[in-house]
Amino acid sequence: MKLLAAALAVLVLATGALAAGGRPRAADLEAELVCPTCKTTLDQSNAPVALRMKAYIRARIEAGDTAAKIKAALVDQFGPAVLAEPPKRGFDLLAWWLPLGGIALAVVAVGALAWRWSRSRGEAEEAVAPLGPELERRLDDELARFEP
Amino acid sequence: MRPARLRLAGQVLAVALVAALLGLLGWKLVKGTDGGAAAQLAAGKRPAAPAFTLSRLDTAGELSLASLRGKVVVLNFWASWCLPCKAEAPRLQKAWESRRADGVVFLGVDAQDFRSDARRFMKRFGITYPVVYDGQGSTLGHYGVTGFPETYFVARDGKLAGERVQGEISDEELERGIEAALAASP
Repeated sequence: MKLLAAALAVLVLATGALAAGGRPRAADLEAELVCPTCKTTLDQSNAPVALRMKAYIRARIEAGDTAAKIKAALVDQFGPAVLAEPPKRGFDLLAWWLPLGGIALAVVAVGALAWRWSRSRGEAEEAVAPLGPELERRLDDELARFEP
Repeated sequence: MRPARLRLAGQVLAVALVAALLGLLGWKLVKGTDGGAAAQLAAGKRPAAPAFTLSRLDTAGELSLASLRGKVVVLNFWASWCLPCKAEAPRLQKAWESRRADGVVFLGVDAQDFRSDARRFMKRFGITYPVVYDGQGSTLGHYGVTGFPETYFVARDGKLAGERVQGEISDEELERGIEAALAASP
């Protein structure tokens, strides 16, 4: 039983490694490329041009092309808009860095607001004037009435 | 900087950012729905045919629409994967053969297509008029092309004439468009 489990684990790991570094999968590429006429990813489109692109992808995989090579060939034919994700270089880097910058800015803003809020609360507590001797005596008397 | 001023500056910045984003959205909505030259043509105007320079599929090099100024141009947008394009291809070729002596030029724009498929299509249907390649479909928005095939008629003055024909073109529509373009700028 242990042997079977070990064999299964090896098989799963080997399949994963093959998928990550070896032959590209058509389904992965179809999720990363956009149909030029309907603007959805290929895996969600049955438009004639999308069907033709899917056939092209399968043929290129069969011919042994890498995912990068297939994508580059499709960009050459249909332009960069065929990529579901913008390239990570040049002006397109903005699309990647702007959201991260926005999140960082929001974290700093929330942190600063929280710091200010906690500081103003502390100051408000400190700002409460101490009781005078007369008030303190009366409070003690009142509290003493509730003691058994 | 005092806290009140800092807060005011922050508020001004936030309002400016929201206003800029709203402006961008408005611009995109207006620009994205103007319908291109086809909308102006439908409104009874004669807009200039949007210019383009694209690589040729029938031979090496590029072709610019401006280089055809002075001639009537039948501008046909198509793709090899489009069924009505296959149906009308022999009709376009026949009309080109019969009207080229009148100074009428046929120009195909193969868009959102594989170059190899387009060349196969041209060979299959014996197309001999010039065809340019617009894989990205960069001309489509300027003309207002909404599907394939679509045909426009450019008069000698470089302006559109007649009516845009959406879908498979008939012999009558072709003749009517060519005559309208010839009459628009004699």
